Amino acid sequence: MTIHSTSPAFKRNAHNALADKQLQQALGNVRAGFIDKRTQAAERLPEFEALRDSARDIKNHVLAHLDLYLEHYETKVREAGGHVHFARTTEEACATIVEICKAQGARTVTKGKSMVSEEIGLNAAIEAAGMEAVETDLGEYIIQLRGETPSHIIAPAVHLMKEQVADDFRRIHTHLDADRDLTQPEALLTEARMVLRKRFLEADVGITGANFLVAETGTSIIVTNEGNGDLTQTLPRVHIVIASIEKIVPTLEDAAQILRVLGRSATGQDMSVYTTLSTGPRRPGDVDGPQAYHVVLVDNGRSAMLGTEFEDMLRCIRCGACMNHCPVYHAVGGHAYGWVYPGPMGAVLSPSLLGVDKAGHLPNASTFCGRCESVCPVRIPLPKLMRHWREREYERHLAPATFRYGLGLWAFFARRPALYKFATGLAMPVLGYLGRKAGRFAKLPLASGWTDHRDMPAPQGKTFQAQWRERGGRTR
Amino acid sequence: MSAREDILSNIRRSLGVTGREEPRLSAMQERLKSAPRGVVPMRGQVSGEARVALLRAEAERVAASVAEVAQPQDIVLEVARYLREHNLPASLRMGADARLNGLDWSATAIEVSHGPSAGDDLNGLSHAFGAVAETGTLAMVSGADNPTTLNFLPDNHIVVLREADLLSDAESLWDRLRATYGKALAPRTVNLITGPSRSGDIEQQIVLGAHGPRRLHIVILRD
Repeated sequence: MTIHSTSPAFKRNAHNALADKQLQQALGNVRAGFIDKRTQAAERLPEFEALRDSARDIKNHVLAHLDLYLEHYETKVREAGGHVHFARTTEEACATIVEICKAQGARTVTKGKSMVSEEIGLNAAIEAAGMEAVETDLGEYIIQLRGETPSHIIAPAVHLMKEQVADDFRRIHTHLDADRDLTQPEALLTEARMVLRKRFLEADVGITGANFLVAETGTSIIVTNEGNGDLTQTLPRVHIVIASIEKIVPTLEDAAQILRVLGRSATGQDMSVYTTLSTGPRRPGDVDGPQAYHVVLVDNGRSAMLGTEFEDMLRCIRCGACMNHCPVYHAVGGHAYGWVYPGPMGAVLSPSLLGVDKAGHLPNASTFCGRCESVCPVRIPLPKLMRHWREREYERHLAPATFRYGLGLWAFFARRPALYKFATGLAMPVLGYLGRKAGRFAKLPLASGWTDHRDMPAPQGKTFQAQWRERGGRTR
Repeated sequence: MSAREDILSNIRRSLGVTGREEPRLSAMQERLKSAPRGVVPMRGQVSGEARVALLRAEAERVAASVAEVAQPQDIVLEVARYLREHNLPASLRMGADARLNGLDWSATAIEVSHGPSAGDDLNGLSHAFGAVAETGTLAMVSGADNPTTLNFLPDNHIVVLREADLLSDAESLWDRLRATYGKALAPRTVNLITGPSRSGDIEQQIVLGAHGPRRLHIVILRD
């Protein structure tokens, strides 16, 4: 079951997001929180840049040998007593997991945070099969109560204010005292801890994602801060890991390299609180842990990205740094992107997984400022990849008519240098004169899409071409 | 074709390979065998007193607390002191680890129970397999000695660490795991724990004690 995508409506989504005062307030937390924390963590580690290179090289090595490492990983999981399942599509992945749950006679399934489970629409599939799926990460739990999708890949409820969470808890947790104080995050967390503790203990199956799959040992690794992923995979009879095929790393040493850039890039932590290595089911003599261990490996379009200009995207370790540093994400939030993956990484990945016809215009939501690439821990050239999608969209005549006409109009002038010089030479002084007081325009005819949410700077001085000539720039 | 065959052959088609090329196979086998370390930060490359100090500083940075004791029986006194200091009930849940069970708990008023946690224990005691000074991280291995549930369900988690098991970096920890269990990594679970549980999911404000312990106390047994 694929999650319904509203990516085709990005323009309308973005428009609504800009007008949403509460959302704009919540997005202030992204701008303030993530950026400083990452900067400080990176500055505290002199080897950080060298580790980024190392992480990139490891990922490239894996992608070039992905078939071989997958086979080796599979063998190692089996040797440890686990089961490996391959899924070509979202439907196959959901069916495999539902089948395992059903065979257990499961009623309740707890879930750790997993973006690929969002990608395949796993919760809907579990519910459709008559079982209950319980998200246990605090952010995921909140958005599940609201019937929403994550607006950020590591902070799913970052679009909400605490008052909204309090309202949801009162609406859902009706067995608790109606007059309780829920004004502070501490109180909200304590309540979620208490409610979910019960759900952890009664669950039949626990599903987690994986940050890494280690080929050397057949180990899956999850990285969390709350401990929900660990309770999810330790308490039920069955642990299912769902992961996409590119999560493979060769050795524990390679995982350690990437771990050193993951936490710092994501939340500014040197290490997240819990990094957990799981290999197979519980051993003879163990007194806790799952009795069965399954890994579901999802392709869903990734094998087709290999060998193309979008292969670099498969290095992504889902840290969220690109969206944390993106001015477009800061302005419209994650939901406007209309599908599971928002921000720059979503603008590149979504067209690959959904098709350029459905999500091909997401890469247009970029100022090409390059901050995403400058902070990406595995050095994915995100602006370049977005430009590739723009070209493809244009080639396939999927760009909107106004865009094509506008570009056509510009091209008409650009091909006639004398006319171009004349027109810009006329427009510049006029605009400069009109905007001379404020230095910017709060409103411009035909440009309300720009000026409703930010000012248009007024031209200062002469045109670029005039200045170029004055400074002795070369002309052909 | 099965999903497995289909995915593998798609990957091979995209990469333009058959899967039988000798250079690729040996590149993989060589990497798995040699397990190159890559870039290991200088920060952790200290020993002796400096390494203990680094673990302490890094653990305290992430809101764990640290105490040092000189001999095994002092662990009992430190645990009792810690529970008193935080006004906690004098009860303790622990696994079958002989290094903890061999201590004389009757010297205190602490009521000790054994086995995995069922979710209603306030205080848990575990013995670490090792620790990483670079990041203030504890390494716990699953098994009857130190059940995994004790790492997550109790509100207060106290962990004993022998100084001899305090390592510089994660890479040294992997070596220690391989030396102890063989390359197959025998424990079902290895938990690397860096501070008490926390969440920043509500308005980016960090709150301790999300689903795991609200407090983490490390007791280092100096050799």
